[in-house]
Amino acid sequence: MTEPSVFDEIVDFNNRANPWPLYDKLRTQPVWQEPDGTFVVSTFREIYALFHDPRISSDAANLLPEFAHKAGPLSEGGGALPPSFIRTDAPRHDTLRRIAMRQFGPPHRPDRIDKLTPALEAIVTRLIDGLAGKGECDLVDDMAYPFPVAVICELLGVPEEDEPRFSAWVDPIVNSAGQPTPEAKQQAKEAFQQLGAYMFELAQRRRADPGDDMLSGYVTDDGPDGQLEGGDLFATLVLLLIAGHETTVNLIANGWLTLQRHPEVLERLRTEPDFSIRMVEELLRYEPSVHFVPNRIAVADIEIAGATIRKGHPVVLVLASGNRDGECIPHADRFDPDRADNVHLAFGNGVHYCFGAPLARLEAQLALTQLAKRLQNPRLVADPPPYRPSPVLRGPIHLPVAYDAVLPA
Amino acid sequence: MVVDLTKCQGYAQCAFLAPEAFRMVGDEALMFDPAPSDDQRVKVLRAAAACPVQALQVDMADLPQPPPAATVVAAKGDRLRRDGRIVIVGASLAGLKAAEQLRAEGFTGTLTVIGDEPEEPYDRPPLSKQVQTGFVASADTTLPRRRDIDADWRLGVAATSVDLDHKRVVLADGQEVEFDRLLVATGVRARPWPVPEEAALDGVFTIRTRGDAAGLRERLLAHPRRVLVVGSGFTGSEMASVCVELGIPVTVAEAGPAPLVGALGGVMGRISAGIMREHGVDLRTHTKVNSLQGEDGKLRRAVLSDGTTIEVDVAVVALGGVRNVEWLESAGLAVGVWGLACDAGCRAFTAAGLVTDDVFVAGDVARQPQPMFGYQFLAMEHWGNAVTQAEVAAHNMISSETDRWPHLEMPAFWSLQFGHNIKSVGVPPIADQIAITQGSVESRQFVAAYGYKGRVVGAVSWNQGKWLDFYQQLIEQAAPFPLPYDMTNPPADRVPVPAEFPDRTYPGREATVVVTGHDPSERRATLVRPSRRR
Repeated sequence: MTEPSVFDEIVDFNNRANPWPLYDKLRTQPVWQEPDGTFVVSTFREIYALFHDPRISSDAANLLPEFAHKAGPLSEGGGALPPSFIRTDAPRHDTLRRIAMRQFGPPHRPDRIDKLTPALEAIVTRLIDGLAGKGECDLVDDMAYPFPVAVICELLGVPEEDEPRFSAWVDPIVNSAGQPTPEAKQQAKEAFQQLGAYMFELAQRRRADPGDDMLSGYVTDDGPDGQLEGGDLFATLVLLLIAGHETTVNLIANGWLTLQRHPEVLERLRTEPDFSIRMVEELLRYEPSVHFVPNRIAVADIEIAGATIRKGHPVVLVLASGNRDGECIPHADRFDPDRADNVHLAFGNGVHYCFGAPLARLEAQLALTQLAKRLQNPRLVADPPPYRPSPVLRGPIHLPVAYDAVLPA
Repeated sequence: MVVDLTKCQGYAQCAFLAPEAFRMVGDEALMFDPAPSDDQRVKVLRAAAACPVQALQVDMADLPQPPPAATVVAAKGDRLRRDGRIVIVGASLAGLKAAEQLRAEGFTGTLTVIGDEPEEPYDRPPLSKQVQTGFVASADTTLPRRRDIDADWRLGVAATSVDLDHKRVVLADGQEVEFDRLLVATGVRARPWPVPEEAALDGVFTIRTRGDAAGLRERLLAHPRRVLVVGSGFTGSEMASVCVELGIPVTVAEAGPAPLVGALGGVMGRISAGIMREHGVDLRTHTKVNSLQGEDGKLRRAVLSDGTTIEVDVAVVALGGVRNVEWLESAGLAVGVWGLACDAGCRAFTAAGLVTDDVFVAGDVARQPQPMFGYQFLAMEHWGNAVTQAEVAAHNMISSETDRWPHLEMPAFWSLQFGHNIKSVGVPPIADQIAITQGSVESRQFVAAYGYKGRVVGAVSWNQGKWLDFYQQLIEQAAPFPLPYDMTNPPADRVPVPAEFPDRTYPGREATVVVTGHDPSERRATLVRPSRRR
């Protein structure tokens, strides 16, 4: 056995609670070539440059044959569905994303998210009301998970009561991100098939009886780029359903954990109006939900930071490490909500910039603010908390919090 | 509020979070309301925080008061920083940014800002875009204040000369203002229609000031039969786009072969011409306007060099700008049609080619050598350049020699027309060749790179602005042209073709960045020996 690489150590579940020293180590060299041929990029400047580099592809077809098995199932449809738009390049990417965006945001639906704000606030209020009289809660199961799920269900037009059904399919898909075993990949593929079939049935219903949700828009509205056809529709829906909540769960859970570890910031969130806006932005930098983008491919040799990324090799962009790069970000290891010009990589950059970023921001701002204002004397029951398995979508699997009382909204 | 659209890459986070203040046009172009109503405040703050490139600048009055920061270095023993006198001539974007930078760096002396227009500094790009379409009122374009600059504003009075011996600026009303350091930021004015009687006709506009924009907007609202746009650089093309959006018939008279040729060359010009015609613009290339004719002082028709006469109520003269340097002529500084020459640190040159100690330049009026382009002097009319040059000039004005910065910012600009977002980096007009590198021209989503003697010197994107950072790096590295490697979204044909720039750029052709050679003084200084030494 060879010595595990720094990146292997990062992927190792034993280091999930505190990968930060390993990221520091990783950044001593901006670009690493792993023994398996994967290139790992860890510094802010280089990650940023590669996000804007047209020699970097998201299309697994550009992998050399010996790396084909590395194409992760998460965004791949696991072989059951065509690649969703996050696994394609322009011009196909641009067209698919534009059609998807048409039901979600500007220019066609500019105020959809803004108009949703009161509904978001109401869901948070309801969930926190439910914590009253308990003395202890699991911030993941009681808030960080059900909140974004309720929101994405409402937006997409997925019945919320179906949550137990689809979460049974989503878990194996999420858990297979990173470096999955063959069994995990098979489970993910089956989950994709079932989720796709579920979406098919739902699409039929919406076509017959459309509402104001995104799914109804996808099956009834015809824009200049046409409609999403067949597999593309289901791949997009599965992507939005999964990405629409699995990342925000971590943002809220990591966020609350960070606030508990910085009581002075938690106190400011209670008292200073609008403080959540900058605080969440800093949170995204300091504790991003997605720790690395695992699925990029070089379509040409790329000279960068004294290294050469080889054509056809997989490229991993370690966002969480870039966000802590002291070369580009002053006092990068300090959680500082007053930071000026906070440019970070939490949502990626370039044409694949996170589709749901505005919603994620708003959800985190509303949830964390109301939690801070209403939970009296909150304390962590365990620090560090237990973590989810994925090194990519990193966050606590449970976050037990004790409190004295729940104040009225 | 203002958005730095040079930085903006069209991530639309602001348009999601504050949809009344920010509107996306197509996939990536942004229009914004610089003065959103108070009930939008929290949403605009959300938008400002969310911007992935931090391009939104909100007035300090709307920002949460940050806890006292230790970033401002106290003006220690330095007399100039403590109680020096700095005069900024030009109450413009550059003037304001310089003033803010001076205070941010701890300058506590007296600051005087002189401007010939009666208004506080305002933002000009919206004047030919969202002001004309009615999204924004011209009066709402005042630039936000990012900090308290505690300046003595002398507005509505032009500076008429500068006396370097006594270090004072003379104003039109006879006032004199003494300085220790002077910043020249007088910018550019619109080149007027060359025949004064015709230019004076009611209905003939240039578009540079708020007043111009408000008058033109009023006239466009009155349903003119037809608008004539004279010249098809960026301002002319944007005005044609506005007329199309407002449903007003429009004729564009362009003396050259196509629109945008001065800035982007013939290949891009033909694409632009095609888009204009698709949108129903009556584009006449190789066509000059022989005369503008009126009745009772009102514009009625225009006689064109193609032998036709068109009935028009409004003419927009978009023939580029004239540098405001006349007031400097007697000062012995290196001024000419391309502006006032300065070194890489923004210090002005004298006509003899010597660098001055106390006179600095920033913005459209500056002509500055750029190391990326062989230290040739560049004259630029770019929003982003005005900002960064002002910041460098301000820093250097109050810094000792060893602390000074060079201004190395990459030239960059944008234009929004006919629903297309056009962005450019580098210096396309220096190029000899152009090659499409990504996307397809037919879909109007593509990137083209410009090459000069086998290296990349510029790039332009049409609705693909998120890739431009890559090309900016190539330009900085003097990377080989044509690009020798595979890329995603390859075009059907990536073979370079001639870029087709006009042989000689002249000031009437809107190039927005002009390479003006190595000579600091276009006027050629003549050495005159004082008689007593003879």
